[in-house]
Amino acid sequence: MASPSYDQAQAGTELPPRQYQVMRRDLVRYAGASGDFNVIHWNERVAKSVGLPNVIAHGMLTMALAGRFLTEWAGDPGAVAEFGVRFSAPVVVPDDDKGATVEVAGTVTERLDGNRVAVDVTARSDGAKVLTRARAVVRLR
Amino acid sequence: MAINTAYIGRTFEPSEPYEVSRVKIREFADAIGEPSPLCRDRAAAEAAGYPDVIAPPTFAIVVSSAGSARVTHDPDLGVNYAMVVHGEQSFTHARPLRAGDVVVAQSTIEDIRPIGSMTALTTVTEIRTVDGEHVCTARSTLVERGA
Repeated sequence: MASPSYDQAQAGTELPPRQYQVMRRDLVRYAGASGDFNVIHWNERVAKSVGLPNVIAHGMLTMALAGRFLTEWAGDPGAVAEFGVRFSAPVVVPDDDKGATVEVAGTVTERLDGNRVAVDVTARSDGAKVLTRARAVVRLR
Repeated sequence: MAINTAYIGRTFEPSEPYEVSRVKIREFADAIGEPSPLCRDRAAAEAAGYPDVIAPPTFAIVVSSAGSARVTHDPDLGVNYAMVVHGEQSFTHARPLRAGDVVVAQSTIEDIRPIGSMTALTTVTEIRTVDGEHVCTARSTLVERGA
């Protein structure tokens, strides 16, 4: 996928939507990489005991996938200058061979100075919006 | 309200210095599926204009957590962590974190406010190099559900 130039990105430009699979092993790997070993991200017994339907993904993993959606589009992992989200629903990850799917989409809302654009991002899993108010400022070439 | 509102505005001690390594950046990029060679290959990062391999944008949580731990581990703040969920998160980057950075994270409690039966705790964490260069501002809101 060729990354867009600043001149190509206009208000209303849609980023190509992506789907990311999240399995239990991804949660274990993210726990190790991030240092967040909260038990609700790997222990089904404890997750259910605190009222969750099952083990849930780290909110920061969901945000990281949405960040990857932006950096892959821009072609540079350093291109995201600002990124903020609200975690509106958990990504529930069953213990099977499919796990959960996170669907991410985005739209350029505004052209800014310095070759930057504002992007609104949406992320859904199992029919629920898992991120809301997700907005980024991305620098393009 | 369970959380002590006298803490609003309080700035905590900075974290111990954290040295960003190429190995840790690669590990984090692998964990989130970020495929870019700029997170793995110094020559590729240099060709793109960076001094060394760069971290994905949300890697900053690894560093900012060290600062916000000073907040969340304060026994007098009165947070019940069994009831806490991550409500909001944002990052403003002056530049990407990169291998070789030695950074500290310092947190300030920006706000503590009720939302119905819940309490929201917003913390702003500044990430700076040990030389004083500002790299990233991380803002995090934790929500404590009512008991």
